[in-house]
Amino acid sequence: MVVGLESWTLARPELFLAASAMLLLIYGVVRGEVATPFVSVATSVVLLVTAVLLFAPYREGTAFASLFIVDRLTATMKALVLIGASIAVLMSRAYFEQAKAWRFEYPVLVALATLGMMLMISANDLMSLYVGLELQSLALYVIAAFQRDSLRSTEAGVKYFVLGSVASGMLLFGASLIYGFCGGTAFVQISRALLDGKAAEFGVVVGLVFVVAGLAFKVSAVPFHMWTPDVYEGAPTPVTALFAVAPKIAAVSLMVSVLMGPFKPLFPQWQQIIVVAAVLSMALGAFAALRQQNIKRLMAYSSIGNVGYVLLGLASGSEKGIQSIVFYLAIYLVMTLGVFATILMMKRRGVMVESVADLAGLAKSQPMMAFAMLLFMFSLAGIPPLAGFWGKLYIFIAAVEAKLFIPAVLGVLASVVASYYYLRIVKVMYFDEATDALDSTPFGVYRTVAFASAILVTLFSLAPQPLSLIAAAAAKGLFP
Amino acid sequence: MLLQALAFYVFAAITVAAGAMVVVSRNPVYSVLFLILAFFNAAALFVLIGAEFIAMILVIVYVGAVAVLFLFVVMMLDINLTELREGFLKYFPVGALIGAVLFAEMLLGLGIVGAGSTTISGLNTQGAQVLATDNTRAIGRVLYTQYFYLFQVAGVVLLVAMIGAIVLTLRTRPGVRRQKVGDQINRTKEQTMTVVKVPTRGGV
Repeated sequence: MVVGLESWTLARPELFLAASAMLLLIYGVVRGEVATPFVSVATSVVLLVTAVLLFAPYREGTAFASLFIVDRLTATMKALVLIGASIAVLMSRAYFEQAKAWRFEYPVLVALATLGMMLMISANDLMSLYVGLELQSLALYVIAAFQRDSLRSTEAGVKYFVLGSVASGMLLFGASLIYGFCGGTAFVQISRALLDGKAAEFGVVVGLVFVVAGLAFKVSAVPFHMWTPDVYEGAPTPVTALFAVAPKIAAVSLMVSVLMGPFKPLFPQWQQIIVVAAVLSMALGAFAALRQQNIKRLMAYSSIGNVGYVLLGLASGSEKGIQSIVFYLAIYLVMTLGVFATILMMKRRGVMVESVADLAGLAKSQPMMAFAMLLFMFSLAGIPPLAGFWGKLYIFIAAVEAKLFIPAVLGVLASVVASYYYLRIVKVMYFDEATDALDSTPFGVYRTVAFASAILVTLFSLAPQPLSLIAAAAAKGLFP
Repeated sequence: MLLQALAFYVFAAITVAAGAMVVVSRNPVYSVLFLILAFFNAAALFVLIGAEFIAMILVIVYVGAVAVLFLFVVMMLDINLTELREGFLKYFPVGALIGAVLFAEMLLGLGIVGAGSTTISGLNTQGAQVLATDNTRAIGRVLYTQYFYLFQVAGVVLLVAMIGAIVLTLRTRPGVRRQKVGDQINRTKEQTMTVVKVPTRGGV
């Protein structure tokens, strides 16, 4: 076997995605703007086919001189990321066409960003972690600024780029310290060095703190969340939908595999950091969203809060905790896509609107859309029997079993506060008088996505077992 | 050995002098040119310690790309120098403080390494003996084998950077007159020229 190419077939999904993205790029360049609809649909299909390739046939192991790893957890997380990205691409057409920014590079960049996410999920070395992360981030900076004639979109792109670079710098600094003190960048080497007694070295802990800070930025956990509201508000709405699901899931997965993998011996050290970040994220997500008038900004704070719950699952450090993370993220993906499909339907006389007050009287003008939004909001607030309730329940059970009583109680309190602003949207839709009704959206992608999400969120309680089993299988990989 | 020491002092002195000139020279274009000189001498210093790969990278990346980019920026931006220099005295203490801190840290670092109170463990101290060949070849050997995957992903990152730069800046402007080589070549004498007989003293 050629050195460096060992078991490269394990990376078939990634190779397929990379090759398809490049072919679609060439096709777009040759055909010009007329190719855009085809490239967009083809990208969605390619992303879904990649998700199928992950499991047909499923094989696990390491590849490329142990720089790349495939196991149940990475495959499950990749599948979630791919589904999110695929639907986000499908949902982008109508928006960009209206904004006159509909170009074939958009789906190609999303495909390449997704490739980056898959590579970082599969990282088994600090270097492959970094290149995957940069591939993802670079493509996301560009698509945040994709509507280049809009001041807010370019501002979002620049902000994300500058702050993201700082986070990458912190991550690299931490990685260099870890390399220096552990004598290697491979996760296996780091783990071995820590077990051999390097765990007591101060430099390793400092390096770990910097790496966690860099990753916390990518998942937008407090205190590294500042970019989130501005970027979510400024970026084009379909891009915000993508940001809220795919990169977040990928970064959480990376955080799990880094902290539960090589840094498992440092669990007592990083548990404190993660608990603090989790509690602060849950609190900020709840309180800062109370006064938001812009619904995209509100969703940004909501996503910060949701990351807090996920981190609480991570802080428990148990198999159950990881299982609850996978479970939570799958439900979060469905709810968030549904909410953004609804937000993308908010138009008044053909112009996109995005303020909470614009939803007034929606229950009368469009009862179906209002009811779907009501289900998503109840689910995000964690009201049984909707799916969101189960996600939170699993997280809190895991936290309590890990004896994290105070953070779990704070989390429940934060979710009570958060339900105020979720329910405020319901109140606006159902009880406020409409000044000017929103346009009704013809049947299409947005309605299909919203409808499907609403069905999943509602009927989830009937059969939570399959997802729970998938999550359990994924978590098992980390605990041999 | 003497020759080597002599070369080191020459290159080091020019580097430091050029670095000083970058800061003090009045014309920003001169500053950039001095910066390029400093880069070249730093590259020579790397050659002296046997790191010829880093030396080449320094010349290619910093001189070839970064410094030339600076030069373009400086020449295009038309910076007003007197305005730039206005705050010098105000910012000088802060700059001096940062410089002093960095210098102290450097001394401290050198002192600690010398005293051996902390050892950065796991570093391969036999590096020089492992490398039987020159370091360009050694880097190439791992880069295209063990780290092949990283090399390829770095290529994709650059592809994304290129797509991004084009997407965000390229605009198709209407009314641009493009050169059409085919049309130019296909023109015939009949289309473009009329032969007029002009009678003497008659005019056209």
